[in-house]
Amino acid sequence: MHLAYPAVLAVLLFCTGLYGVLARRNAILVLMSVELMLNAVNLNLVAFDVWLRDALHAGQALTLFTIAIAAAEIGIGLSIVLMVYRNRGTSDVDRLRDTAETPGPGDAPEALEAPEAPEGADATAAAQKAEATA
Amino acid sequence: MTLAAPAPQGFLSPTGVEIAFLLVGLVTFAAAIVTVTTKQLVHAALWLVVALGGLAVEYLLLTAEFIAWVQVLIYVGSVVVLLLFGLMLTKAPIGRSPDADSGNRWAALTVAVAAAATLVWVVVDAFRTQWIDLDAPQGTTAVTGAMLFQHWVLPFEALSVLLLAALVGAIVLSRKADEGDEADETGPEPGAKTAPGTADEEQR
Amino acid sequence: MTTPTLAVLVPLLPFLGAAAGLLLGRRVPGFVRPLAVLPTLASAVIAVLIAVRQGGGTGGGVRPVDAATELTPTGSVPIELALHLDGFAVLVAVLVGLVASCVQLYSTGYLRDDPRYPSYAALVSLFTSAMLLVVYSGDLMVLLVGWEVMGICSYFLVGHYWETPEARAASLKAFLVTKLGDVPFLIGLFALAADTGSFRITKVLDAVATGGLDHPTVIALLLLAGVAGKSAQFPLHTWLPDAMAGPTPVSALIHAATMVAAGVYFVARLLPVFAASAAALVVLAVMAAVTMAGSALAALAQDDIKRVLAYSTVGQLGYMTGALAVGDRGAAVFHLLSHGAFKALLFLAAGVIIHAAGTNSLAAMSRMRGLRDRIPDAFWTMTVALLALAAIPPFSGFFSKEAVLAAAEHAATGHTESVPGSAGWIVLVSGLLTAVLTAAYATRLWLLAFRPPVTAPHPTAGAPGAGAGSEAAPAGSEAARGVSAAAGVVEAPDHGRQPVVMNVVLWVLAVPSLAFGITVGSLPDWFDGRPLTPTLTTSVLATGLTLVGGLVTYGAWRHTTALAARVPVGAVAAHPGAEPAVSEAEAIATHTPAYGSIASAPDPADPGRLLLGPLHRHAAAGFRVDAVYSALFVRPTQFLAGVVRFLDREVVDTYVRGAGTLPRWLGAAARRAQTGNVQTYLSVLLAGSAVLAVAAVLVAAGA
Repeated sequence: MHLAYPAVLAVLLFCTGLYGVLARRNAILVLMSVELMLNAVNLNLVAFDVWLRDALHAGQALTLFTIAIAAAEIGIGLSIVLMVYRNRGTSDVDRLRDTAETPGPGDAPEALEAPEAPEGADATAAAQKAEATA
Repeated sequence: MTLAAPAPQGFLSPTGVEIAFLLVGLVTFAAAIVTVTTKQLVHAALWLVVALGGLAVEYLLLTAEFIAWVQVLIYVGSVVVLLLFGLMLTKAPIGRSPDADSGNRWAALTVAVAAAATLVWVVVDAFRTQWIDLDAPQGTTAVTGAMLFQHWVLPFEALSVLLLAALVGAIVLSRKADEGDEADETGPEPGAKTAPGTADEEQR
Repeated sequence: MTTPTLAVLVPLLPFLGAAAGLLLGRRVPGFVRPLAVLPTLASAVIAVLIAVRQGGGTGGGVRPVDAATELTPTGSVPIELALHLDGFAVLVAVLVGLVASCVQLYSTGYLRDDPRYPSYAALVSLFTSAMLLVVYSGDLMVLLVGWEVMGICSYFLVGHYWETPEARAASLKAFLVTKLGDVPFLIGLFALAADTGSFRITKVLDAVATGGLDHPTVIALLLLAGVAGKSAQFPLHTWLPDAMAGPTPVSALIHAATMVAAGVYFVARLLPVFAASAAALVVLAVMAAVTMAGSALAALAQDDIKRVLAYSTVGQLGYMTGALAVGDRGAAVFHLLSHGAFKALLFLAAGVIIHAAGTNSLAAMSRMRGLRDRIPDAFWTMTVALLALAAIPPFSGFFSKEAVLAAAEHAATGHTESVPGSAGWIVLVSGLLTAVLTAAYATRLWLLAFRPPVTAPHPTAGAPGAGAGSEAAPAGSEAARGVSAAAGVVEAPDHGRQPVVMNVVLWVLAVPSLAFGITVGSLPDWFDGRPLTPTLTTSVLATGLTLVGGLVTYGAWRHTTALAARVPVGAVAAHPGAEPAVSEAEAIATHTPAYGSIASAPDPADPGRLLLGPLHRHAAAGFRVDAVYSALFVRPTQFLAGVVRFLDREVVDTYVRGAGTLPRWLGAAARRAQTGNVQTYLSVLLAGSAVLAVAAVLVAAGA
């Protein structure tokens, strides 16, 4: 079989997932798109494993690990999304804009954090705040 | 590295496997497209099942049968279920939701198309003369199992620790909010808790 | 000790006293008064000692003492710490020491509770030291040091009541106007030194005597500017009346006896330089004439008792410059000495009056009964001083003024060589005219301050001299105080006894005012040897004119005084029990709100109003010299400042703001990128990755 077929399919799936990550509003749909990207990578791994006839089957082993890690990731990701939803009442990614630069002369310098981190951190902080006020 | 040196074959004379791979690939790609574009959230999850299932078929066609079944079990069986739970717990609307896509869509499309064009060009340019020899199966369950528990046992155990950590993390993340207001937020806990558990058990 | 050593001590002691007073004033309040009084008193005693030792000066055969030491080489024209003690110097030093001691003693009573007394006393000491330095200095640069220190001390002391806007404005004005004169003065000194090759006064005079002066007129006129500023001569006299916003002792010391005399003294020292230029002498004469006549008219219209005295000072300084203009420095310094004594006395007595009356307004005083009985010491000494001011024969002012007039007559008739006759005539005529006016304002001051108004209901109105005492019954003074606006004529408020030290000082100063004239025979020995005795013509003429002036004023007063009861005018300070300085500060601060002007009051009972007629309005405002200055200098300056401000705000700042706009826009753009939307960030990140990947591939492919 021509190697270009799985490779191109993987590329197309990856870019589809990429589009989904960038364009979807609901955080769970974003997670689905991430799954698509992971699967594209898996396809690549399997195809190249087969093509290379690797004695250690590194590609397939890595695929298995990726699948397991993806499962773990989806679990953690979903619990984060749920927590955000509970605290914010929404799971729309583009509404979680606490790291936005607010205009005005007296705006406090905000820490430049990684895109993923503030969601969880904010959620935790907000949860603690909710506890304190409850 | 043992590069396969197959007999030269042309694009114009596809084998049956290639045709099957192509067709299933088209279905998979189409399902993936629908997944990321549909306005109905639950449909997206269901189309994801189609895409992932199609990928499982592709694995089979690539003679990686164990991977294919794991794919079906974990992705179709648990991940998608989890996602559906998540959609339900976040009260995702049933039916068409007009704002499923964010305002970033056109930028996303541009980036995705550009990336796809670049990658396709590079990949095709790099691998247009390479063929996979599918005569000898590469990923039978027996071979995979032996390989996994002979050569990859240490990463495998490390992975199980990782899964345990993920399990604990998911529980912690879910429970913390419960302690604050446990009256009306008891629902999500079992769902979140089962997620890593299921994956863990499946993996083992 | 040798005379130079003693002479060095004279300026040094007050200086050390000032330094110690400034250092210790806050920490050891008990030392402040001794530190203020004793060094000044000691230097006064030493000055007398030097004067006795030096007795006779040039005329008496004793050579002037000249001592100099050069501290360090200072270029082509050496600057030396030099002393020059001739008859003028030692006598003026005695006057300065005497007046300064009196003022320091008087201040201990006058500002007894003032929280700023330590710095005040130290500044007065510093001022005394500077003046003594000017007097004794034999080097023009050292003289300039004292000259400028006096200027700054004057600024601080005039602004002593800096809480009041009048005092702040007056101190600034005094400083700026005198500085305006000091700049040409400095240039003149440099020009003089460049021409003669030395700053030493003796060498300068030697050079002048041998004709070494190349530009006498220019130098003389430049120096005259500084003299006009310091001695308050027209047209730079305007600061002196306003400087009355300072405490009365300061007015007595600085603005009557010493600092303003420094200009006259300086010209007397360098008279040959001025005499080398006939034009300078004529200018000096015209300046003196305008000054004395104008200031006498202005004095007649003032309501503030201290402003009357200030204008009178300006006029008497005009006499001195007049004497210098006719080339007789002996007469000038003679008048300086006698005037210093009686004018200091007038001011110090005026301080007592202001405290006793609770107001500085003559209009308000003219409606008070019994003021003279409250303060008999001030009444009698002030009478003496006013008689001296008006130049009534037995008093000191008569002799000194006659000396001036005789010198002017001498010059006018062409008997003085190197002095143009026109200068003599100008001085003589204006001097005689001023004699009339001087008598008039002195009489007006005395009548308004001490004579109760002749009111119709009183049967004794026809004989006020006899009835005045009985009207001033002390009973009911409590009720009368503070309600002066209600009744036309009130009792003088009872502020208790004046401090003894103040009264003692008045009598001390009354002695020279009364008897300084008897030295007229021996004084020429100290000076240039020219006789200072009055000549018959001028003395008869001047005394006659003086009597005419006084009598006319008395008649006018009799005519107008009846109006006083009908038009109530009054302002009594709110703190009668406080120290005198508080009363004065409040009186100054309330004059403008009460009467609408710092200088005059709308009082129809004022004889000056009747005498001056339509001129009164202008005279009260000092003939609008201030308004002219305002139009000529202040407003153009303000306009220019406005233009500059406009340029700065609207033009220069536009560029600054424009420079800030671009970074602000960039910042706004960068902020817009920080949307907080993770997807946007990721899109940009991946787009960048794609571009990089393409670039990397192209580079790798060698494209």
